[in-house]
Amino acid sequence: MKIDFIINGIPKTVNVPENMPLLWVVRDLLDMKGTKFGCGQAACGACTLHIDGDAIRSCSFAAQYAQGKHITTIEGLSSGEKLHPVQQAWIEEIVPQCGYCQPGFMMSVANLLDKIPNPTDEEIDDNITNICRCGTYYRMRKAIHRAAEIKKGNRG
Amino acid sequence: MFVFLNIENKISKHHPKPSNTLASNIKTRSGTPPESKLYMEKKTINRRGFILKTGVGVGVLLGVGVVACGSLRRTIAQKVDEGAAGFKNEYEAYIWFQLQPDGRMILHSPKVEMGQGIFTALAQIAAEELEMDFKNIKVVHATTNHGPIDALSTGGSLTIPSLYQPLRELASTMREMIKINGAKLMDVPVNTLTVKNSEVIGAKATITFAEIATKSTEWNLKIENLVLKSKKDFTVIGKPIPRIDLVPKVIGETLFGIDSTFPGMLFGSVARAPVFGAVFKNAEAGAAKNMPGVVKVIIEESFAGVVAESRVQAEVAKKALKINWIMPDKLVQQADVDSLVKVGVGKDVIIQKEGNTDLSHDEGTFTKEYYSPLGAHAQIEPNGSAAFYQDGKVVVKMSTQVAKITREEVAKALKIEAENVDIQSQYLGGGFGRRLQTSHAIEAALMSKSVGKPVHVFFERSEEFQNGVLRPPTHNVLKAKLDANGTIEALEHHTASADVAFNSAILANIFKPLSSSLAESVVGADFGAWRGGMIQYKKIKNYSTTAYHKELPFKTSWWRGLGLLANTFAIESFMDELAHHSKQDPLAFRLKHLPDDEKGRSIKNVLNSVCEKAGWGKSLPEGRGMGLACSIDVNTPVAQIAEVEIKNGQIKVKKVTCAIDPGMIINPDGVRAQTEGAIIMGLSATLFEEVRVKDGLATPNAFGHYAMAYLRDSPEIDVVLLASGENPRGVGEPPIGPIGAAIANAVFNLTGKRVNRIPLQSHFS
Repeated sequence: MKIDFIINGIPKTVNVPENMPLLWVVRDLLDMKGTKFGCGQAACGACTLHIDGDAIRSCSFAAQYAQGKHITTIEGLSSGEKLHPVQQAWIEEIVPQCGYCQPGFMMSVANLLDKIPNPTDEEIDDNITNICRCGTYYRMRKAIHRAAEIKKGNRG
Repeated sequence: MFVFLNIENKISKHHPKPSNTLASNIKTRSGTPPESKLYMEKKTINRRGFILKTGVGVGVLLGVGVVACGSLRRTIAQKVDEGAAGFKNEYEAYIWFQLQPDGRMILHSPKVEMGQGIFTALAQIAAEELEMDFKNIKVVHATTNHGPIDALSTGGSLTIPSLYQPLRELASTMREMIKINGAKLMDVPVNTLTVKNSEVIGAKATITFAEIATKSTEWNLKIENLVLKSKKDFTVIGKPIPRIDLVPKVIGETLFGIDSTFPGMLFGSVARAPVFGAVFKNAEAGAAKNMPGVVKVIIEESFAGVVAESRVQAEVAKKALKINWIMPDKLVQQADVDSLVKVGVGKDVIIQKEGNTDLSHDEGTFTKEYYSPLGAHAQIEPNGSAAFYQDGKVVVKMSTQVAKITREEVAKALKIEAENVDIQSQYLGGGFGRRLQTSHAIEAALMSKSVGKPVHVFFERSEEFQNGVLRPPTHNVLKAKLDANGTIEALEHHTASADVAFNSAILANIFKPLSSSLAESVVGADFGAWRGGMIQYKKIKNYSTTAYHKELPFKTSWWRGLGLLANTFAIESFMDELAHHSKQDPLAFRLKHLPDDEKGRSIKNVLNSVCEKAGWGKSLPEGRGMGLACSIDVNTPVAQIAEVEIKNGQIKVKKVTCAIDPGMIINPDGVRAQTEGAIIMGLSATLFEEVRVKDGLATPNAFGHYAMAYLRDSPEIDVVLLASGENPRGVGEPPIGPIGAAIANAVFNLTGKRVNRIPLQSHFS
């Protein structure tokens, strides 16, 4: 079926089977590789992107439901040259190792900060349930708090 | 143009002469060391060739290959235990520099970046001798058609220890070559010039690397009196420079193996064995060939699959294939695994023996057993390849830890020469040993050949569990006898595991020059499995370690640290048990059994450091326990203290303090990152992870069901860096050693309950 949506500010039309996961539309048809495939079962969060302001695990989201929506991927998280506070914090804390899971984490965290601007450790634990195998969690937690500070305009 | 330069023995400090302690300690079951000439050879021959390629518009390429014989033959066992720069046999690690016309340098790395930060460390080492700004060095993965490439693998925590010295020599040679050409262009004597910040500087004039690169027509490889910078003059090495791949990874730009594409690429899906032991016999296309999007049904000798326009179409069509599998006589069950991997079962080899340790009939022997389960690599990037076969040649883009082996396997499957296969390594979304097996490259290449277009193939997550490789389970038995003063008189360690290094393509590469029977007499036991299994408490008069090996009816292989986590869990839990049993402080108990040699002192050093930092012996808040453990792997000693609490039946590791001594540190932030990562990965394995086998299936086979550490499980981590050596030692794996025992010992300290079986959490909830 024909599906229209706006991705990172750009209108797109794709013609795909209605149940094709949005992840493969983004990766294979639009050739945007920042959104990752990890498990295909919405269990690891590597494929997280934003749809109309919600963090969505796109491997388990049928393309048909993206009709008319605004999608943001890691490639569109920054505004032009200016990095998103989460990306800025990720750089300052030197979070990534292999880096594969990181776009999904950053998209999840960006969304968390939109909803809870100054999350407690407990709120972070409850809301950030992606998986990182390199074990960058310790730095991630520091980066999440730092991102909240940057976003509030306390610095940066 | 190729120019070979022999600089034999000019600078050969990077092969430290290993002490020969273990060789005499290795005995076969009959009690005698293997008497082969090879085995006795002590001399390290060190040959090195520099290769120069020049061409219009590319600036200059300079490469180094490391080929040395001898050290491996002496004793592979010692090399594995001590790490260092071993494994030089048939080992070609070509590093290439490419000076570009804009003055920047490209370093073609034979080792792959899988998160461990080596690209950053290699750039730092290079920048130091090249006298270039770190930012002007770009590191890329070498492709296999660029000439010889690392014959072994990226792994074993060996990259930096093995490349540190050759890379410095190469960089230094390159700098001198640039300087000589700068002198010619400025028409001044070379000895009046210095090099700094990508410029060759004379008394009256300077010339940039860029200008030299564009104006030079000839390059002189004959560098006299190459002198390497002394450690005290380092300005780049030792600095916590943010990793080179940081920004691309944060903006989502980095491409990993599975992200690889070719224009016009199709998508393949392969039918994989439904249970352990099932073997592909043949297949019929059935309804698959007429399904939407299907381009071709592929039936090869060893597999069947479908190529389609989209991967969803390929997946759906694959299910319609009619495949005949040769099924195993009996489906494997967990009980089979438990009975095969057991001390006393399988081939046994004494890998360490001092004095007399037969405690089997001794009264008053303190005996304990420990277990670890099957585990998954669970790297987040599933394995995937994009291959394009054209005119008898194939290009494969993918994540692999063994580019050369992958290349040979693809060549063999396609019946073409290896020279016609170009493996283009991409960034790896985690490695941990999983990418030593790269069958998907063969599948993609064969499919591409069959349809005449590029094809992408990947593993579903469930296939990663069922059709990949697993970390083998382990069983350890420890026995000890204490004297009246609470000193260990005798210690026996028995360690059982399935294949780690055995049955791997890498092992075949290591032993290429040796016959397999000789290889077995040299190694005896699976050295991957017993890594970390040697007793380091060598003040004990009588001690021994025996390894038992049994193959399982499915593939098991290397995992981060190989046997290190499980063996250390056993030995260091046991030391803790002995200390408590004899009412001694676990720190003092360890210290008094460590010898006063270099290795022993280095372990004492990290033990004392970690205890001082964490406040060992201080009174803890109510509800908190503390546990200590240590290990030494690839010569890097590590000690850790875990602090745990238990709430609602959940073990919470609140804090881990770690002291690590990797010799010389190239990048302190990189060492910290690796240490933190190893601690969290080890914590995840210790508390949560377990694969069980049921009716020939790995269970669970999905994320979420396979319990792993999440952000909420991550402790505060405090890393103390010690740097006591002249050369860098391995970092990627050593810090995974002590974490299991440190947590188990802390749980005992808190609850009085001793858990001798990983995963620990399953004994509480």
